[in-house]
Amino acid sequence: MNSTTSIVAILLAGILTNNMVLSRFMGICPFLGVSKKVNTAFSMSIAVTLVMVIATAATWPIYTYLLYPNYTYLQTVVFILVIAAIVQLIEIVLKKYIKPIYNALGIYLPLITTNCAVLGITTINIDDGLGFGLSLINALAAGIGFLLAMILFAGVRSKLDTADVPEFLKGLPITLIAAAIVALSFLGFAGIGG
Amino acid sequence: MKSKNMSIFSNGIIKENPVLRLMLGTCPTLAVTTAAINGVGMGVAATIVLVCSNLVISLLRNFIPDKVRIPAFITVIAGFVSVVQMLVKAFTPSLDEALGVFLPLIVVNCIILARAEMFASKNPVLPSVLDGLGMGIGFTATLTLMGMIRELLGAGTLFGFTVTANTIDPMIIFLLPPGGFFVFGVLVAVSNAISKRQGKPVVEHLGCASCPMHSACKNAVLDSNEIPTDCQNAEKVGGNNE
Repeated sequence: MNSTTSIVAILLAGILTNNMVLSRFMGICPFLGVSKKVNTAFSMSIAVTLVMVIATAATWPIYTYLLYPNYTYLQTVVFILVIAAIVQLIEIVLKKYIKPIYNALGIYLPLITTNCAVLGITTINIDDGLGFGLSLINALAAGIGFLLAMILFAGVRSKLDTADVPEFLKGLPITLIAAAIVALSFLGFAGIGG
Repeated sequence: MKSKNMSIFSNGIIKENPVLRLMLGTCPTLAVTTAAINGVGMGVAATIVLVCSNLVISLLRNFIPDKVRIPAFITVIAGFVSVVQMLVKAFTPSLDEALGVFLPLIVVNCIILARAEMFASKNPVLPSVLDGLGMGIGFTATLTLMGMIRELLGAGTLFGFTVTANTIDPMIIFLLPPGGFFVFGVLVAVSNAISKRQGKPVVEHLGCASCPMHSACKNAVLDSNEIPTDCQNAEKVGGNNE
């Protein structure tokens, strides 16, 4: 497989077939928690994508050059600490230098440390044995997939607000069942990109 | 004193069931419950981490400075997760394969961080351990129940034994991601209906109050005018055991 096709395959898999939220079940908390409005969903997803790519850029070299092969058992501890530090760092840098972006995304950043999608994608990149470039693309694809799922679901939820829902399903249950139907539609992509 | 400890222990199992009442740990709940045995495995692994981290954090509660407590908690939790990860890899490789990336992801399982933040960092050792044990059992029970439902409907088996596979065609959709969301939605609806009948508040939204990032989240939520009432509601459900 040449590199262009593998890039396309990774992008398609990350965005559609192996969608972070709807088929890998990562980042369910923000998916259910911050998807009530399209614009908040969008900001949150952009922040997640940003952290995912930067976290991958930091954890991949750390694993490959420092931890491998003797200290791989430290992977989980090191990765979560690196992610926590990166999130703090991004927050500080944005606050100091890029105020408008901080105003838009800053409030979501503390939530991202414990978002399993970020630790998940960095671990998946190592488990799948991807190279540095492909790992970054995989992280980007996962972020875009997260964005797509969030925005689609925010749209679905805005319709749910006006729907006549049976009493016992009101609130969280109907949200989860709506998520099931959105996930069902994503099954249709299975097979694309291998 | 004894009865108080007993109630701390039993709290997590039904009254404050971490998954159905506090809405914590939804990711592993949805992801690994394709078979009942995976639910048990995940639950036990998380329980071990939860009890050990509650124990250590409770012991260290007077030494950890307030400002760096979240990173400190995460480090303690990550240490125990690594231990469990190595044990599972060594003794039950099939479970390691089934849980996959969700085994290291126990680190960011909200239940563990939330109990550290809400309970272990404020209470003595024994109640903290009991709280961890109770919450862990509640988590395991819910995961097992969900795994049983999905396995029975999706594969016609229960813990690997054929039950209905020969008489009723298994509905594979229940093993796929949509089935996870659907079964969880129905379970929450049932749990809500039972709570309502007992006159308790219904879980409307993710339990913000029990989330370790509650303070940050609350600002985010208020800024965007999103779910302030749900957050208050979640406080009623989850925040009354301090």
